[in-house]
Amino acid sequence: MRGAYRRRPAVLGVVAVIAAAGLAGCGSDDGRITVNVYKYPQESFQKIVDRCNDQADGYEIVYHKLPREADGQREQLVRRLAAGDTGMDVLALDVTWTAELAEAGWIKEFTGADKTAVEDGTLETPLDTARYDGKLYGAPDNTNVQLLWYRSDLVPTPPETWDEMIEMGTKLKEQGKPGLIEAQGKQYEGLVVLYNTLVNSAGGRIVDDSGTKALVDDGAVKALEVLKKFATSPVVDPSFASSTEDVSRLAMEGGKAAFMLNWPYVYAAAQKKPDFAANFKWAPYPSIDGGPAKVTVGGINYAVSAFTEHSRESFDAVRCLRDAESQKFAAVNDGVPPTIESVYDDPDMAKPYPMRDAILDALKSSGSRPVTPAYQNVSTVISTILSPPADIDPKATGDRMRAELQDALDSKGVLP
Amino acid sequence: MSALSAGRKAERRLGLLLCLPAILVMAAVAGWPIVYSVWLSLRRYDLKFPDRTEFVGLDNYVTVLSSPYWWNALWITVVITVVSVAVELVLGMALALVMHRTLVGRGIVRTSTLIPYGIVTVVAAFSWRYAWTPGTGYLAELAGGDPVLTEKVPAILTVILAEIWKTTPFMALLLMAGLALVPEDLLKAAAVDGASAWQRFTRIIVPVMKPAILVALLFRTLDAFRIFDNLFVLTAGSQGTSSVSMVTYNNLIKGLNLGIGSTMSVLIFLAVALIAFVFIKLFGTSAPGSDSEGRR
Repeated sequence: MRGAYRRRPAVLGVVAVIAAAGLAGCGSDDGRITVNVYKYPQESFQKIVDRCNDQADGYEIVYHKLPREADGQREQLVRRLAAGDTGMDVLALDVTWTAELAEAGWIKEFTGADKTAVEDGTLETPLDTARYDGKLYGAPDNTNVQLLWYRSDLVPTPPETWDEMIEMGTKLKEQGKPGLIEAQGKQYEGLVVLYNTLVNSAGGRIVDDSGTKALVDDGAVKALEVLKKFATSPVVDPSFASSTEDVSRLAMEGGKAAFMLNWPYVYAAAQKKPDFAANFKWAPYPSIDGGPAKVTVGGINYAVSAFTEHSRESFDAVRCLRDAESQKFAAVNDGVPPTIESVYDDPDMAKPYPMRDAILDALKSSGSRPVTPAYQNVSTVISTILSPPADIDPKATGDRMRAELQDALDSKGVLP
Repeated sequence: MSALSAGRKAERRLGLLLCLPAILVMAAVAGWPIVYSVWLSLRRYDLKFPDRTEFVGLDNYVTVLSSPYWWNALWITVVITVVSVAVELVLGMALALVMHRTLVGRGIVRTSTLIPYGIVTVVAAFSWRYAWTPGTGYLAELAGGDPVLTEKVPAILTVILAEIWKTTPFMALLLMAGLALVPEDLLKAAAVDGASAWQRFTRIIVPVMKPAILVALLFRTLDAFRIFDNLFVLTAGSQGTSSVSMVTYNNLIKGLNLGIGSTMSVLIFLAVALIAFVFIKLFGTSAPGSDSEGRR
């Protein structure tokens, strides 16, 4: 008893240290500062973190994995941000979340030297996705654009427009060859991406520049017509209405289709099947009536939480995590397109990224998704209204979308 | 009638005093969140627009009650509740009779029946999802390889099936407790008088078991009305398969709209209260442990 009493001050000391460490949100034993990075599960990201830790000055980056699905990632992040959690420092955000988190005051603005470092040499399109209200809120880590993938043994010259593509597919089917076109038609973000590309390519708008007014103009209705035509054509996969990126990829690899609209990751996956890969080629995304298509840009930006207690270290960590070397490593090992233009010219990129020029071209003519803090609501409303695509009635669907989008933007309506 | 004696008054005061801590805890963990939800439901409060919160009266209720999405969800919830509880009652009764009459291996029979109920709902739901996914699941292959979970009606049927599989044992357990109340002598006397098995079941067993049946129905109806986890894993509410809880989650957690989400929570709360009221006041369900007013 007496022994226990004598030990008490020491015990109290330990408790106090643990409590202090817990309160500060950093638990390293040697008193070093921890920068907690929250990112989706990326295969070789830990190696990038390790390299940055070797360079880090007085802090340590720790990689925490978020759920695999984008919805799950966003939910975990916003729930903790809403509660003012100080345990998160650097956040990997989908490009569509910037406006929402910036408007809510949950992420910090990049200013001064941090801003210059991010803007220096970065492609304009991904950089745009990190901006909101004229300010920079994110550092683009990787970008993404879809391409048209086709089988060169069936199609000697790739089509340039949707009409041409549907026609070619129909002919192939008549000859008893695989002629289907694979795309993402399930009720989820993939369908919104497909529709958004069609809207931008048709010169239409869904939401105005201020992000407060639903437009759904003639171009957006024209896009509905194209989607409807495709969804009811003989070349659409019967399971289009439940098709995601991977379902499309597997159907194409399985020999059902001649065409596929998908992200560049399918190239790396196809290399595992040499027979198939030999004839697996890419081309620019088909347009609606000639000219280049405006493909929807995707990707990931790093943001710094507004509740971080290690602001300087967090911005410093972001610089390293997205520098040219990190991006090259991620491109070569995980297949994600870089956001720094010079990385595309690197000779090491030639083998894993033979389609890099097509990606660069697509990026330069790409289009973004509606920029609004209510993007999640906008996306949910669009995917619900478009689903299933075969039931679209262009004029009526457009009117319904305009009304429900306006409610969603005003945060008045009910989310389905 | 007559005034209470001093001793009895003191006893009553002591009783209230002893209850006080429990009342305070209940008010803090149950009462306050309910009051706060009602308060939030009267405000425009979207976490995405922190500067634009204001008091809007009943506007949120108008919005929710005039939304086709809400009514679709309510309709789906009612269908799931009615169908699953009805099937569970029949199956549960059959199971209860079997378990009650089993002479050999009674323990093993009861234990094995209870296994589905013992599995965590989310885990069970995942196994159902994989079973119905073409390519990975045996049930999908049996159904002809169609992705049943991507179409509205088949998806709802699958959800109902998963619910029934999961909670029939619970129903059976409650009904078995009720069966134990039926006096053997009464059944034997009826048999001697020439009542058939069906007559004994409908004229004696069911009336005697009525309180137990009503309690089982009340519990399951309330449970089924709040269905969330099975749906979340199986369809996540796509293709219009959202229940009211699912829609509320989407608005509250995904949409960050505290005003609309709280309005929905309050409406669910009212619906659950209504169900409980109907069962207790109209059907005369008595809570377990309370006096069953000599129904036996």
